[in-house]
Amino acid sequence: MSAYTFFATHRAEIFSATLEHLELVLMAMAIAVAIAIPLGIFIVQRPALRTVALGIASVFQTIPSLALFGFLIPIPFIGGIGKRTAVVALVLYALLPILRNTYVGLTGIDPAVLEAATAMGMTPWQVMWRVRLPLALSVILAGIRTATVITIGVATIAAAIGAGGLGTFIFRGVAMVSDAVILAGAIPAALLALLADGLLALLERRLRVS
Amino acid sequence: MYFVARGVSHFAMMVARTAQSRWGRKERPPLPRDITAVKTFMPANSFSPAETSIEFSGVTYSVNGTPYRARSHSGLARERSEKTLVADITLAIGAAETVVLLGRSGSGKTTLLRLINRMLEPTAGKVLVQGRATTDWNPFELRRGIGYVIQEAGLFPHFTVAENIALVPTLEKWDGRRIATRVAELLELVGLGGEEFASRYPRQLSGGQRQRVGVARALAADPQILLMDEPFGALDPVTRAELQREFGALAKRLGKTIVFVTHDLREALLLASRIVLLQGGKMVASETPQNFLQLGHPEVRAFAASLGGEFTVKENGAAGMGGTREGAAGHAGGAENA
Repeated sequence: MSAYTFFATHRAEIFSATLEHLELVLMAMAIAVAIAIPLGIFIVQRPALRTVALGIASVFQTIPSLALFGFLIPIPFIGGIGKRTAVVALVLYALLPILRNTYVGLTGIDPAVLEAATAMGMTPWQVMWRVRLPLALSVILAGIRTATVITIGVATIAAAIGAGGLGTFIFRGVAMVSDAVILAGAIPAALLALLADGLLALLERRLRVS
Repeated sequence: MYFVARGVSHFAMMVARTAQSRWGRKERPPLPRDITAVKTFMPANSFSPAETSIEFSGVTYSVNGTPYRARSHSGLARERSEKTLVADITLAIGAAETVVLLGRSGSGKTTLLRLINRMLEPTAGKVLVQGRATTDWNPFELRRGIGYVIQEAGLFPHFTVAENIALVPTLEKWDGRRIATRVAELLELVGLGGEEFASRYPRQLSGGQRQRVGVARALAADPQILLMDEPFGALDPVTRAELQREFGALAKRLGKTIVFVTHDLREALLLASRIVLLQGGKMVASETPQNFLQLGHPEVRAFAASLGGEFTVKENGAAGMGGTREGAAGHAGGAENA
């Protein structure tokens, strides 16, 4: 069976798997952003915690994804079979790029600008919200973009622990030794990654200052 | 979960807002043209013009010193690791004076300036602004009542010229119309009138224009005190001379208390009503520009020599630098690099 005919006959199934995949990615990214950006803001003010936070985030990144999914299964509450475990793993992967870029973006600001902001009577909080964050936005977004692309790829492996998504086709195809079925998972995943990358790159360029 | 959701929505909102301000640039309402008709603004806060003055009494500032709480008892340096940046400065600056703090790099002039708006707190002694110790002021309130201009202007690159100038009024929560009026007025004042400049971003301006915006921003909330840290130091000589001349005239007209840091004696002589010379963190002279060059202090003569012959005191000889064209055009360059 050619890939084309497989695509044609399984259109609805591929479409719903793509949606499921997207759901996993969006959920994981939303949580990762909600953790990493505030954490990044926090470690800018507490340099002592910087090494620890970035170190821990880096460690997750080094664990092979399949192993990480496996490790999480026996853990109570967050583990088990299914979507929840997958999202947890994906969040752990997405943390580092966002956290690192948030930190770099917030600290890489012209000292003269920060000096002026403080001397004009801005509180540290106002300096953060009105000066640091807006100026760091494009760098932070670049981190989110990297994380999104990684997450879309890694999410295919989440099918191994029953989380669904486009990975189901890939694993099924490997089991069936069918290129057509593998491609039915791989091609939409690749397109999804390219699309997300392109859109976020566009937004990033819009937000860049000077 | 609530916190997470709030964080995400806050971030999304910020992205949206920034994106909108980039995309929707043209929709900004035009600034009112008739600036002479409006004179509505008042002093930003509790500063009353009559008593404006700054006073240093026995001020020492050291780094790596004892923690802040322990400092206030005895001002003496206790630790050997301490480095004293300014030592035992006593100086009173009256209302509407333009005091120029002159000195080489590392002489403590910027430190002294930063003590005034509580960017630094004295290790010993007191800095009084409007008769009140800076440490007794709410630092944010204090700083909003003091204009501040630095080299390269330190403008916010993500704000337009108008938004940069409007910063302190915005922090002080003025209403939009009053801010717009004030911004137009200030742009006119610093020679950047018209709608052309208001909506530009700092990167779209020349160095001289940026510095003008820096001055306008410092004046926005009509502070009684203006601090300037080598504001014209990064400009080319022609633009610098232009701005110095214009600013000198402006300063006379405004009647503010101005503390101006420079290493350029020429600039000091041009702008100052009094020159305070610093050397190694100590005050070595405080004199009017008319009498300053007559002082016999070796550091005064060193600075006089930097002018390159024109004003050189005879017995010093101004060896090396004197007479050459470079010496005359440069600004204390030789002394600075020492």
